[in-house]
Amino acid sequence: MVARPRSSGTGGPRSHLLHRIMARPSGVIGLALTLFHVALALLAPLLSVHDVSLPNADTINLAPSWEHLMGTDSLGRDVFARVVHGGQLALMVTACAAAIAITWGGSVGMLLGVVGGRTDEIAMRFVDAMLSIPSLAFFLLMASVVGGGAWTIVPVLGFFYGVAVIRISRAATLQVAAQDFVMAAKARGERTGTIMRREVLPNVSSILLVEGAMQWSWMLLAFSSLSFLGYGATPPTPDWGLMIASERGLLAVAPWSVLWPCAALSTLIIGINLLADALGKALGVDRTREVPG
Amino acid sequence: MSTGSLIAIDGLSLGYRGPAGDPRLILRDITLSLSPGETVGLVGESGSGKSTLALAMMGYLGPGLEIFSGRVLFEQEDIFALSEEARRKLRGKRIALIPQSAGQSLTPTLRVRDQIDEALRLHTPLNTAERRDRLDALLHQVRLPPAVEIADRYPHQLSGGQQQRVAIAMALGSGAKALILDEPTTGLDVTTQAHILTLLRRLAQDAGVTMITVSHDLGVIAQLAEQIAVMYAGEVVEWGSAAGVLSAPAHPYPRALLASIPRLDAQEVPAALEGVPPLVGDPRQGCAFAPRCSIAKDACHASAPPIQPTDHGTARCFFPAGMDVAPERLQRPQSPRRTGVLVLEARDLSVRYGTGGLFARLLRREPRPDAVAQVEVQVRGGETLGLVGESGSGKSTILRALAGLTVPRTGQVAIVGQPVAASVSDRAIKTIQPLQMIFQNADSALNPRQTVREILDAPLRLYFDLSPDETVRRLADLMAAVRLPSAYLDRFPSQLSGGEKQRIGIARAFAAEPRVVLCDEVTSALDVSVQAAVLRLIARLQESHGTGYVFVSHDLAVVQAVADRIAVLYQGRLCEVGPAAAVFAPPYHPYTQVLMGAILTPDPSTRPALLTDDVIEGAPLSVGCPFQNRCPHKIGSICQTETPPARRFGEEHSIACHIDPATLCDLTSPDTPAQRGGPATTDLP
Repeated sequence: MVARPRSSGTGGPRSHLLHRIMARPSGVIGLALTLFHVALALLAPLLSVHDVSLPNADTINLAPSWEHLMGTDSLGRDVFARVVHGGQLALMVTACAAAIAITWGGSVGMLLGVVGGRTDEIAMRFVDAMLSIPSLAFFLLMASVVGGGAWTIVPVLGFFYGVAVIRISRAATLQVAAQDFVMAAKARGERTGTIMRREVLPNVSSILLVEGAMQWSWMLLAFSSLSFLGYGATPPTPDWGLMIASERGLLAVAPWSVLWPCAALSTLIIGINLLADALGKALGVDRTREVPG
Repeated sequence: MSTGSLIAIDGLSLGYRGPAGDPRLILRDITLSLSPGETVGLVGESGSGKSTLALAMMGYLGPGLEIFSGRVLFEQEDIFALSEEARRKLRGKRIALIPQSAGQSLTPTLRVRDQIDEALRLHTPLNTAERRDRLDALLHQVRLPPAVEIADRYPHQLSGGQQQRVAIAMALGSGAKALILDEPTTGLDVTTQAHILTLLRRLAQDAGVTMITVSHDLGVIAQLAEQIAVMYAGEVVEWGSAAGVLSAPAHPYPRALLASIPRLDAQEVPAALEGVPPLVGDPRQGCAFAPRCSIAKDACHASAPPIQPTDHGTARCFFPAGMDVAPERLQRPQSPRRTGVLVLEARDLSVRYGTGGLFARLLRREPRPDAVAQVEVQVRGGETLGLVGESGSGKSTILRALAGLTVPRTGQVAIVGQPVAASVSDRAIKTIQPLQMIFQNADSALNPRQTVREILDAPLRLYFDLSPDETVRRLADLMAAVRLPSAYLDRFPSQLSGGEKQRIGIARAFAAEPRVVLCDEVTSALDVSVQAAVLRLIARLQESHGTGYVFVSHDLAVVQAVADRIAVLYQGRLCEVGPAAAVFAPPYHPYTQVLMGAILTPDPSTRPALLTDDVIEGAPLSVGCPFQNRCPHKIGSICQTETPPARRFGEEHSIACHIDPATLCDLTSPDTPAQRGGPATTDLP
């Protein structure tokens, strides 16, 4: 029999993933914005000469200048320094929370998809109920129970956004589980854990990756909202949500101290969103498809 | 090319362009001429270009395709020189297509009446009243029951055969001079297939339309075509009269193809055609078939063969009808092998779907009848039990219940004498290992993200405690056993052909060193020549390992080729069980007789017998004989009220029927008019 070269399809390595992401304008913009913000957060200490938290009575509400590129805030602190530092905490907190969400939501969703039956039925009604709770209300409730603070909010964010991942993961698993190779594994007597790890996970990992990126961008928004409301980052930590909250009264007088953190937050969220979208398209994950309940 | 031809294809080559703009040919230098009223069959395996050719006859090229040379003339008009608008008018009006799986080509939200009416409005100048009359006439022509009944239904309320009839009516309604039938009966049950073929044959005779049938099935082609074009790798390798080509093919490819078809009259595994056809668009030198040809000479590999005349047409071969090599056939042992140990046994197996939850119980709904009822299965080592039946007969359900994937309502399964739990999750791993499964669709049975090595390693890891060295050796042995090179271990399934994938599926089952293997329609997704190779592989592995098989198929001839004992199923009930020779010889169960009669052979002189209607069966009946509604020999009320007893007809052969044995012998023995085969002049009911 002659060996026949065939296209490796989607089963091959992902060496060209970056290529395929960069093939779309959304991918280029998304990747650039995301990398820009990650670089800012990493290089923040090198980029600014001013202290981020020390108030200075001499430099209150100064307009942008060569000395203070983005002006100063109501406590006389350099806005540029605070904006470049402000992403650090948000990125770290939400990245951890996204990892938690994808791990727990992904595995529970896969389990439900493989096991099916009554367990799945009951668990999904719980998921539906959870999804009907407004996110902010839930966070405020949890924050008042476990207390505020950036790091105590991580498991809360991870748990809440993980519930949405369960749905996605379960729907993807159901499609994989309908294939004969999963039936073959069951007929062979494989354990549920092995089936999930070896048969299902490699086929849903792309979907989970894209979903994780998407959840990450929503968590950024949620975390900034919580900081804005005083349950996330605590002063004097430089944080965009916090900066917007404390300076919003001076929007008419010193708009730079509100608008710059707003711009930073929006560009990061838009960037991650575009990246997730391009990633999904590059991996052949169709996010527009309806998700069965 | 005669001037009287309806469609003439003149040196047509078409294809697409590669990345460098180089032509990649799908069809190569095809010349054919079709006279009005002629019936022509295009036959070939998947990828042979038969559908592309049929569509080109309608002036249709797939996206990205272009014509590199030649032309297609429809009534002396160059079809590809016409404007797109003119071509669109020609299609439907003068040449119509009945697509594969007609059910999907009907609009689900339109009633049959509106569906056909739309076609008439588009393609004919008739007014409303005339169209209504025409509709009635068309429905009558395709033998659908009176208009009132069928015309007001939606497509999903019709059976597959009825949907096909509606599609045919729509095509006829336009008054086309030529009809293209793309795999007209693929996906239909054998009994329905026989009805559709009979209808199409009559239409071709009565209406005088030119009919072009595209099919992979030589049996279908034999029924529908006077002239046959055998296609291989984009070329017409042989052209001639159906009787001539099918009885004495001149080209080695149709010869090998015919030899690879399992036949009811020979209890043997057919000859395999090894190798795979060249990929579409590959550059080639010499004859496309040379690498697989048993009589190929140096000249065949060096240059393309010329088209040469044969007794009944033409063939593209250096040595037409030369050097006939008798195909090697694998004779199966004639005596039933009932000596091995009982490796699989199931008693009183009944499966019911949707037993109803709390809601159904509260509403006191009648429980649904069993999808499978009181089935007995016994398989000995080295023996094959064939399960035969049409779709919905419960074949796959039985396999799932045996494997513990579906929990039966009643019944007990024993593997190698050990009673096992109903669900596979409750079975001990030691009791699972002797029972393995091979799936119908190798595409979906292999994880696309795993290499062949990972796929075959799974059972080894699960059942055996092997050292890395032993694993490597075992994998190499497995690959050798299924005749694949060890290099394939590092490939992904997407890098394998259909037949190769199925070999991996077989290797995975045998990796467990099973005592019994459940084979679920293992060859129905494969081309005929590949099917023969897989059947041989399965037979050989059984020979060397002494494995027992439960072999499920809808194809009686395939089952006949491999099975020692056969169980015929209808709606989950056993109709007839016995040694293969006894089941395939009178006396038959009436259903077996119907199935046997519907079988097609690649011989234009035989016709399938139509012993029953192609009605849709609803849920299985809870009382009486399951086959009562379609039985050609129904004797009366006893069939409706009492479950027929399994009567013994000789050793191990039993038939579940109320008709007393002597009468059944008379009714189904070969000297009754309802026998199968022969130049029967069967009429539609």
